[in-house]
Amino acid sequence: MFEWVLSTLIIIGAFFTLVGSIGLYKLPDFFMRLHGPTKATTLGVGALLIASALYFSFKIDDISLHEVLITVFLFITAPVSAHLMAKAAIHIKLKQVDRTQNKMNSTTTR
Amino acid sequence: MKTLLRKVLPHPILTLVLWGVWLLLNNTVGAGHIVLGLILAILIPWLTSGFWPEKVRIQSPLTLLKFLGVVLWDILVANMAVAKLILGRNKNLKPGFFYIDLDIETPLGISLLANTISLTPGTVSCDLTKDRKRLLVHALHIEDIPATIKEIKERYEAPLKEVFTAC
Repeated sequence: MFEWVLSTLIIIGAFFTLVGSIGLYKLPDFFMRLHGPTKATTLGVGALLIASALYFSFKIDDISLHEVLITVFLFITAPVSAHLMAKAAIHIKLKQVDRTQNKMNSTTTR
Repeated sequence: MKTLLRKVLPHPILTLVLWGVWLLLNNTVGAGHIVLGLILAILIPWLTSGFWPEKVRIQSPLTLLKFLGVVLWDILVANMAVAKLILGRNKNLKPGFFYIDLDIETPLGISLLANTISLTPGTVSCDLTKDRKRLLVHALHIEDIPATIKEIKERYEAPLKEVFTAC
């Protein structure tokens, strides 16, 4: 039973990490590609870390909470790096897909 | 007494966080690490207090907890939604930029709001205007911009504003 729970969590994690990578590959422009790693991956890595915490908590009969820290750092750093990259991309006027609403072409970001 | 406590603990929340992080990093609650962690957690904020001019005060911890719950749930939902969008056809996506007019003024509140926006419903915060009044957001797929802005303001900004007020 316990192994079922772990395997499910790992598969969920792997699936969402894969979706994040697929997004990085197939989405048409830079700004849209940013969405893959900031979101799909958080749940993917989150599920993997929960699986790890559960496994080690049972294996060594002691609560293992390292993983909480990794999750917290991930949640803090992923949006920050995405924000910086987006800001830089706007600054150098990276091209955006034509159907983007309110395109940022001029240097409107005061 | 109160001023003395202020001097020893310039940032009580930072102290608590550091202590918690230390114990988590070592993955124990042994007596030695509790004491060592506490010493570091008191010394570090004290030595670095020059870099933290702004005092952080949490007004209502209950709202903060509720907010965290909402955000975690939304991250879960957002992940599924984004996964579906990514696996769907590129042609159907309607990306867009929009500005959110901010009501929060504290830097910590703004950065938390920006972080939350990046982690939740198909949106990434891209830029903050110099006067800290408007936040530029990019959405992967957006149909109704005013409705999305309203939702973000009600769901995330209002509780954050309540928790972190300037003092």
